[in-house]
Parts: sequence; C-alpha cells; structure tokens
Amino acid sequence: MLDATLFAGQVFNGFSVASLFVLAALGLALSFGLMRVINMAHGEMLMLGGYLAYLTYLIVPGPMAILVAMPVAFLGAALVGGLMEVTVIRRLSSRPLDTLLATWGVSLILQQAARSAFGPIGVGVTAPDWLNTGFAIGSLYFPSTRIFILAVAVAVLAGLGLLIARTRLGLLVRAVNQDRMMAAASGINTRRVDLAVFCLGTGIAGLAGVVLSLLGPVTPTVGQSYIVPAFLVVVMGGLGSMIGTTAAAIILGLVSALSQIFLDVSMSQVLMLVFVIVFLQFRPQGVVATRSRALEG
Amino acid sequence: MTDHPLLRHAWIAVLALAVLAPSLVSSYDLNLLGRFLAMAILAIGIVLIWGEGGILTLGQGVFFGLGGYSIAMYLKLASLEPGYLPDFMEWSGVMSLPWWWVPFQYPLFAVLAVVLVPALFAGLFAWLVFRRRIAGVYFALITQAVALTFATLLTSQQSTTGGYNGLTGFTTLFGMELGTDAANRTLYWVTLGLLVAVFAGSKWLIGSRFGTLLRATRDGENRVRFLGYDTTPYKVVAFALSAVFASIGGAFFTLHAGVVSPAFVGVVPSIEMIVWVAVGGRKSLWGAVAGALIVNFAKDIVSSAMPEAWLYVLGLVFILVVTFLPNGIAGLAEDLMKRRRERAAATGTALLEEAQ
Repeated sequence: MLDATLFAGQVFNGFSVASLFVLAALGLALSFGLMRVINMAHGEMLMLGGYLAYLTYLIVPGPMAILVAMPVAFLGAALVGGLMEVTVIRRLSSRPLDTLLATWGVSLILQQAARSAFGPIGVGVTAPDWLNTGFAIGSLYFPSTRIFILAVAVAVLAGLGLLIARTRLGLLVRAVNQDRMMAAASGINTRRVDLAVFCLGTGIAGLAGVVLSLLGPVTPTVGQSYIVPAFLVVVMGGLGSMIGTTAAAIILGLVSALSQIFLDVSMSQVLMLVFVIVFLQFRPQGVVATRSRALEG
Repeated sequence: MTDHPLLRHAWIAVLALAVLAPSLVSSYDLNLLGRFLAMAILAIGIVLIWGEGGILTLGQGVFFGLGGYSIAMYLKLASLEPGYLPDFMEWSGVMSLPWWWVPFQYPLFAVLAVVLVPALFAGLFAWLVFRRRIAGVYFALITQAVALTFATLLTSQQSTTGGYNGLTGFTTLFGMELGTDAANRTLYWVTLGLLVAVFAGSKWLIGSRFGTLLRATRDGENRVRFLGYDTTPYKVVAFALSAVFASIGGAFFTLHAGVVSPAFVGVVPSIEMIVWVAVGGRKSLWGAVAGALIVNFAKDIVSSAMPEAWLYVLGLVFILVVTFLPNGIAGLAEDLMKRRRERAAATGTALLEEAQ
C-alpha cells in the first residue's frame, strides 16, 4: 500500500514544513516566554520580510540578491517590531489578552497598507538560479529551495542558541525569564531586554518572510496562512522554550506532511488541530515545561 | 447607569422605537437592523464568556456558522422541487444527498440543531481544554485555530457545503414565503423578541450565583479552587451558552441576509465579533448590543463610501479602544455618570457647609 519513496518524500517535506514553522514561531515563542504577550501582527512581519525581499531584488538584481535581502528583511522587521513594542505593547504589558487584541489591530492596518502599496494580488520573487536546482537520490527529488530553507532554520536556531547561552544579552534574557523582579532589582533594565528580545523575534520573522518568498508569491495575507500553525506550535511547545518550540514544529510538520498522504489539505489541517488538543490532554504544559501552567494567575 | 430617573427608564423608549422600527425606516434599513440585532445576540454571548468569564475566544465565528449553516441547509432543501438536489451539488456531480444533509429536511431538526449542535460541540471542546487548565492566551489561540480550520473545511468541501459561495437562494421558511415585506417584518420582530429574551436571561444569569462564581473565577481562579469549587464546569457552561447565542445569532443573520458562507466564520470575522463587544463594553450587556449595532452600521457606511478605509478604521479603533477604553463605550458612560455624581455630591456638601 504505502510505498517507501512516497513516505520518505513526505518525511522530507515534513521537515521542510517544520523549518518554516520554526522560523515563524521562534520569535513568537521568545517574546511570549519573556513578556507573556502574543503578537498577532507577527504574521505581518513575515509579510514585511517578503516585500522587503521583493524590493531588494529590484535594487540589487543578481544571484546573490537573496543573501542581501535576508539582513535587510531582518533589520526592517526588527525596526517595525521595535516601534510596535514601544508604542503599543509596552502600554499593555499587564494585560496579555488585550495586547493580543491590540496587535491584531496593528496586523489589520499593516495588511491594508500592503494592499494599498503593492496591490491585492501579490508580487513574485524569483529564486536565483543556484536555488533552482536540486538533486535526486533514487526516485526521490530534493529541490534546493527546500534544502536552503532547512539550512536557514538550522542556522537561525544555532545562532539563537549561541546568543542565549554565550552572550551578555543572552544572560540578561535568561535572568529576566527566570525572575523578572529579581532581575530588575539587581539593576537589569528589563524594559530594554524586552525591547531587544521583541526586535530579535520580529527580525527572525522578517528573515522567515524572505524564505517564504521563495515558495510562492508575497501577498498582503501571506503571513496569515503561516501564523495560525505557528500559534499552535507555540501552544504545543511550552513556555518560551527553544527546544520545545523546535520539537513541536517538527512534530506538527510531520503530522501535516504525513497525513497528506491519505487526506486532502483541509482534512489534514483538521487532524493537526485535533492532534494538538489530544496532545494537550496528556501534556497540558507543552513539550518542554520550564514552569507549570496549572497555577498561573 | 441607573441613578437618573430619566435614564432608568430610557430602555422603555429604546424598546418602543425598536418595536416600531418597521414603520419608521426603509425596508433596506430594516433588513440591516435585523441582521445587526441578530449579531447583537451573539455579542451578548461574548459578554458572558469574555466580560464575565475573562475568557477570550477568537472562534465565535464557528458557532455563528454552525447556526447559519444548520438553518441554511433546511432552507436550501425546502426551496427545492421534490427529487432535486441543491444546485451546487449537481454542478459537482454529487448523485445523492449526503447522509448528514438528510435530517435537515425536517424543520424541527434544523431548529434543534441550531441550539444543540453548538452546545454539544462547544461543551466537549471547552471541557477538553479547560479540564487540563489551559487558559488565557493558549485558549484564545486554540479557538482561533478552530475558526481557521472550520472555514477552510467549509471552503474546500465544495461539493457538499457550497464552498466559497456558501448557501444561498432560499425561498420559503416553514411554509412562509421569504423576501416579502410581511415576512421581513415578522422576522425582524422575532429577532428583536429573541434578543430581548436573551438579554433578560443573561442579566438574570449574571446576577445569579453562577454569575458570581464566574466573575470570581475570572478574577482569581486559584482562590476559587482553594475555596473548594471546581471551576471547570462554570467555564464550560459559560462557553457553551455563548456558543448557543452565537449560533442563534448566525441562524437569524442567515434568515435576514439570505446567505451564509465561509466569509462569516473565519479568523477575521471571529475577531470582528470581539471588536463589537470591545467597542461597546465587554462588561455590559447593553454596551455589547450597542457595540454590535454601532460597529456594523459604521462598517456599512464606511465600506460603501471608502472600501479601502474600513480596515484602517477598524484596526485603529480597535487599538485605541483596547488601550485607552478597556471597558468600551459603556465603561466611558459609567465613568462620566460617576464623575457627575461626585460633582453633585461635592456641591451638596458645600451648600450644606454654607448653610451651617
């Protein structure tokens, strides 16, 4: 019934989907772990990254444009994220549900702004030639774009891991994560740490937007199609844990890709949601729990 | 809101105006008003779960859709010549009515489905989630995923749900011809009556012991637990009730609008429903009704004048209301009243001192 090539191909696809989920969810998980707020405009940071990639391609054509686009998108999205943090999120820091709603307002405005600026249909970004190849093992074909996405996800994870474990900023982030009051009492400017982490998170989303632009057109609503699975990854991953987020992304990526052997896309989406709810029956605290959810105020 | 005798009885005037509306406004406006009153029924449900229960749900569109589709399936079947299938099924080459469509040819089943399907679905879902103490942001995100999934499912199962276009083209309801002036009026009054009933019922519920425990759960769930209560049933019941209200709203909306489609059930419409209540006031029943009417009339006006502008307006209003007016228009009105009362009290004291 189930032939091995198809299965192996879907496993590869699963990891490829998982790498998109990781890139989209990492920033969310970071700021959620630290500040307990969910940024509903996070999907629009993906979109922004995509459009910045498109603009970079217009200015610097050539095979290496994508390598220029990535830092541009990172910085652009980080800047917009920083603005959001200072103007909206900081005011609402004690009301996490309201932050969620206010950032949704931001998301609407950004989507409509993109529609006004670039049109509703979306713009295409053509992948450079060196990404238009691929290689085959037996009858399995591995397109380079997919491998590139995997590589970007691994690189971002490694970079972030080093940043958290080895740098001064990482030390401050860990301190605030463990005990915000004690960190503030020992002289850490927690607001600045919040801002830095938020910028970092939205920057990663911008980077993810560049990667997404290789897979399809950049539309005003491109972020929306990735953000809900990314939310599920955060819910399933556990509070602000990088390992948990990565594990949840891989699990959900595999569930999504493998179920599509038997089901159509919409039914596979249903299955993914049911899977998360069932999973939470057994591990309500998520894949990796640093703190219990049970007695959260 | 109840300190001035004129204001205390203002609701009588509002209700009288609402009852007389069919002879006061054009039939187009009456149709809009009917739709928005149906949405106000849903808004009251959001006050129960979000205002009183403190549980943010971003999936009310799902229940709105369950009610809308339940009644629409009956209407679709009732509008057919015997022996025929709904048009979109014939276009997709479906040969016989799918089993889950069959019972909807009976009006009683459709009406029961409007109430029971969302109650059961919401109850089971909420019980599964709340029993594991998943709350707050997590719950909001999961409900949003439910909304997305439901809308995707409706859109993709074109041959049995009507897909992107949804269900439309209804002609009769319980033997009454739809679209006539008399039918529109009757529908309007039934919607209004139901809204009043749901309003009164919710007011009673909020004042009851159940309401007290729900608010206590919102403000300090662990304290309520430590007092020996199991909070899960209260949250489950509140969520299921809000789902039933959403479903009833969806059914009546479908009757007024003559169409139901995935565009009413997805992520964005579900959050728009929260916007109505945020603008009106999440802790106030009349605020929620007013919010549903104000936001929807504003949407009608702005989006027909400047279609581009509506999303900017909606986004900006939402940010401002949530940031500066967390209790919406109702909260603002209450603050103003309170200030006036305090001023009056201050003048009174001053006069008294002068007299002494």
